Amino acid sequence: MLRIDNLTKRYKTGDTALKSVDLEIPRGQVLALIGPSGAGKSTLIRCVNRLVEPTEGKVSLDGLELTTLGTGELRRARRRMGMIFQEYALVERLSVMENVLSGRLGYVSFWRSFTRRFPQEDVTEAYRLLERVGLDHMADKRADELSGGQRQRVGICRALIQDPALLLVDEPTASLDPKTSRQIMRLICELCAERDLAAIINIHDVLLAQMFARRIVGLQLGEIVYDGDPDGLTADKLTLIYGEEDWEATIEKVDDEDDESSVEAELEAAL
Amino acid sequence: MSENSAFTRGWKRPPLIASPWLRWGLLIGGMVYLVLAFGTLDVNWDRVSAGLPRAQRFLGSFFPPDFTSRWEDIYIGIFESLWMTVVSTVVGIAVSIPVGLGAARNLSSRPVYLFCRGVLAVSRTFPEIILALFAVKLFGFGPFAGIIALSIATIGFYGKLLAEDIEDMDPVQAEAIKSTGASWLQWLNYSVQPQVMPRMIGLGLYRLDINFRESAVVGIVGGGGIGATLLTSFDRYEFDSAAAILLVIIGIVMLVEYSSGYIRQWVQ
Repeated sequence: MLRIDNLTKRYKTGDTALKSVDLEIPRGQVLALIGPSGAGKSTLIRCVNRLVEPTEGKVSLDGLELTTLGTGELRRARRRMGMIFQEYALVERLSVMENVLSGRLGYVSFWRSFTRRFPQEDVTEAYRLLERVGLDHMADKRADELSGGQRQRVGICRALIQDPALLLVDEPTASLDPKTSRQIMRLICELCAERDLAAIINIHDVLLAQMFARRIVGLQLGEIVYDGDPDGLTADKLTLIYGEEDWEATIEKVDDEDDESSVEAELEAAL
Repeated sequence: MSENSAFTRGWKRPPLIASPWLRWGLLIGGMVYLVLAFGTLDVNWDRVSAGLPRAQRFLGSFFPPDFTSRWEDIYIGIFESLWMTVVSTVVGIAVSIPVGLGAARNLSSRPVYLFCRGVLAVSRTFPEIILALFAVKLFGFGPFAGIIALSIATIGFYGKLLAEDIEDMDPVQAEAIKSTGASWLQWLNYSVQPQVMPRMIGLGLYRLDINFRESAVVGIVGGGGIGATLLTSFDRYEFDSAAAILLVIIGIVMLVEYSSGYIRQWVQ
């Protein structure tokens, strides 16, 4: 469904962030993109919806070539790609409802969005999504009154109300505590399964990636160095992605993941 | 051994200017200049002492302020000043919004940016009184000239601060709205406007306050408003009426000041 061919990005400073990356993602697949800081994970997903303009290569979504689109066509294409951000990127002074409805901006006229008179089905869908993530009672709160986990849920609603075919997720858990991180990852994966959405999730927490994604792609200095199952991610492969380090602890932990999370949950409940 | 040397090693904050010659040179040069500047200031104490009782008499003639004998003129002047203030603030802000958007580096292309920054620089170069002199020469005496002068000054002030506030906004919020497929206007309305609005409302009220005070100044060079009334009363040596005018101006400025503080708190 999403096809990336020979994608290269060189910044004006001369840094090459991506070196001819090829990637194909079928409908409904959740893919975790791992790699060290500066490997090009953020650049890769921003090249897909052209928040960053790729230098070379092609990106196509359901056969539609995205890299050559004009402004209006690009806007229409962006509606099909929901994006979720590390620092939630909610517009802080707008209400929760306005933030969710901003996901419909590509579908409504300026006048309707300016007067905040969105079509009834959009409002209904917004309430439905907020209810799904457990925040329907917060609709009129301002976004900056919410906690981190709640904000990220609103961010997820904003992406989903676009009715996307693909989710681009940039470090969704980097600003969250371990328990909320898991809840958010679980929510994203459940929603992708419910709606048959494909997703690229940038994440630097290898354990979380292994827990939730069916496919892991490792990026190192702008090149794909691993593409396969979570189970195939051995110490050798991690060294290839991140460099020399003692990886045994990271790999072992995968088995007693659930125990640990319940301990964390208890700790948090106790606090 | 290494432990020992770690203890004996001293530390000083690195100086702001690395070269000691330049550092001390600037400091001593500055002091010498200050001493010379104060030395050049030629205070004639005889004239000061002669001026002091005159100042006392002058201030004494302000009292008691006379609101009644020129009340008609004061009333007309104040209302003229007030509507000049409102009109010039509204016109100035309306024009400065597109100019300010153009002058924000993260929003516009290079040529538009340079053009809008140029407009702002020119309108900020001249103080209100000089703008008013020009406007009076162009359009003749009266409040229209004053409104033009105050509007131009408002563009320079408000446009520059708007542009700077937009440049300081959080780019990620803007990116998020862009990624939904929003049009440019929708993007402005949903990501830029909410971020800059509270500060811009505060600055608008502040500018309203400035424009009211400046409306008294532009009146002195023929730009209409309370300034003209004030000048006339000085010319006629009616200092008690002038005092009344000044008290009315002070009262209105304080009123604007307090209400704008209250409104700013409310929109945060």
